[in-house]
Amino acid sequence: MSLLEVDDLRLYFYTKRGTAKAVDRVGFRVEKNETLGLIGESGCGKTTTALAIMKLIKPPGQIVHGKILFQDRDIVSLDKEDMRELRGKGLAIIRQEAQNSLNPVMSIGKQIAEGLLVHDKIGKKEAWERAEHQLGLVGLDTKMISHFPHEFSGGMKQRAVIAMATVCRPQFLILDEPTTGLDVIVQRQLLSLINHLKQELGLTALLIAHDLAVIAETCDRVAVMYAGKIVEHSDTVSLYRKPLHPYSQALLSAYPNLKGEKKQLRSIPGVPPRLINTPYGCKFEPRCSYALEACKHQEPEMMYQDGRYVACHLFQA
Amino acid sequence: MKSFILKRAGASLITVFAVICLNFLIFRLAPGDPVKMMFTDPRVTAEQMQEVREKFGLDKPLGGQFISYVQRLAHGDLGISFWQKKPVTRVLAEKIPQTLILVITALGMAVILGVILGALAGWKTGTRLDTFIVSASLAMYSIPSFALGLILLLVFAYTLTIFPLSGMSTPASGLTGFGYLKDVAWHMVLPAFSIVMWYIGEFVVLTRSSMTDVLGQEYITSARAKGVKESGILWRHALRNALLPVVTMTGVNLGFAVAGVIEAETVFSWPGIGLLTYEAVMKRDYPLLQGIFLLFAVSVILANFVVDIIYGYIDPRIRVGE
Repeated sequence: MSLLEVDDLRLYFYTKRGTAKAVDRVGFRVEKNETLGLIGESGCGKTTTALAIMKLIKPPGQIVHGKILFQDRDIVSLDKEDMRELRGKGLAIIRQEAQNSLNPVMSIGKQIAEGLLVHDKIGKKEAWERAEHQLGLVGLDTKMISHFPHEFSGGMKQRAVIAMATVCRPQFLILDEPTTGLDVIVQRQLLSLINHLKQELGLTALLIAHDLAVIAETCDRVAVMYAGKIVEHSDTVSLYRKPLHPYSQALLSAYPNLKGEKKQLRSIPGVPPRLINTPYGCKFEPRCSYALEACKHQEPEMMYQDGRYVACHLFQA
Repeated sequence: MKSFILKRAGASLITVFAVICLNFLIFRLAPGDPVKMMFTDPRVTAEQMQEVREKFGLDKPLGGQFISYVQRLAHGDLGISFWQKKPVTRVLAEKIPQTLILVITALGMAVILGVILGALAGWKTGTRLDTFIVSASLAMYSIPSFALGLILLLVFAYTLTIFPLSGMSTPASGLTGFGYLKDVAWHMVLPAFSIVMWYIGEFVVLTRSSMTDVLGQEYITSARAKGVKESGILWRHALRNALLPVVTMTGVNLGFAVAGVIEAETVFSWPGIGLLTYEAVMKRDYPLLQGIFLLFAVSVILANFVVDIIYGYIDPRIRVGE
């Protein structure tokens, strides 16, 4: 039994200009104690997928099809109150730009303790003590508990956000670009903190990033997303050694490899397609250097190949 | 927090001093001779007028007048009212409670109701409730307060005779204790209502837009992601942030409230500072007007001081120099 299973998820935004298929027929599983990476360019539906799992999608966004099974319970059909109880306790998320994730007029301690007070039947004093312990766990000075967000640096805020998200010991943690916007030294520290917490708290996680190094260091398996779809799904090592999908190949060759041979970095020409009224066929076809005739008309199905999944006509034969 | 309050207090005192200087100058710069205004009777001789000038210190140079004005002010002496021939402080003291009771009730209700309605409208943006609250409060805001006052008087006091026409209590009713309070409250309904209606619009619209802005912030989604109940999102997370501009607005508004009070008190003949101002202007009672101006200015500064401190409590980022 997987801890989290997303099955044929379709999430559309109904706008005046048409329907944007932000997440289209996405499926993946995350086993207990495993970390799945979700990678892709900006605007390809990674964050939307994450918010769908938390059921925090705001209108006009809507889940139109599919299941999200968490511990064999379908979240999509869960009512508001049950979903609220699940948030923070079963499922937690560390959001992109943690800088803005903290309420500016509430002390850090209160914001961390709030989750405990909502979910666990404990008193304020105990919640405060546990919040203090939590601060220490993420490497912050426990004396800072009554300080306010504006007194924290960017890296400290991110630590505080991690403390806030993990205080109720959630079983599943979504990390949505947790290191974006921070300098490399702080990134490094945060990644080791996240890896440490994963072991300490036995976390199962979904890590969203567009930084390949972050994924390589943290994830057991990786799903590559493009234009609202997963185009390749494989274990991390195989993907980095031999990416199958042309998009995965392009992503990897756009990233410097410090240890291997020195190659010219290549950017991917063009931009991801708009998600409204996308043409038939493979979404990557206009930017793909291996495009076949079939790619223009027919959308490739997800194929199983040597323990990996790939959706590309090159492998259909 | 302590140093923050001290700093604010210091700034307020400087403002008060500036107001005292301006207040003194404005009346000296006004054209015309107050003594001539006082005695329109042709039988009063020039010598008698000079005597009065000396009595009021008006013959001295401006600098000397200012020093003696400040000295007297320090002793709580605001001079003698031309019209009532009583110390200005005593005239003011008689009227302050009446105005305070009206202003505090009306503005308090306007702020509380406006914030609640505005928060509701912002919370339920795009619903029928939102449309209703916003259009109703804008309509109220668009009506000039004196016009609204007159309409209220005409409909509820004159035609329907539900509420009294004027004054603060029924004359010679002999009511005491709770009965008297009830009588005053009854008289206050219409004037308070007209002030509330005028100010509520601003608070509704401001709170609503501030609320919708705050609700779109990342930290609101993050709070939801923690599993915080919707009521907690509204009261603990959203409203407190949404209130920041409202608190500032309240401070600024208190200055304008002075104008509203003069209008409301004049229309409803409420025996307070507002009506007194109107009468003092009509009688060209300079010392009294000067006293009233000072009173208004000091109360606005005092109210802003209180608002600043409240702001410091709500928003930790404001407590500078800690």
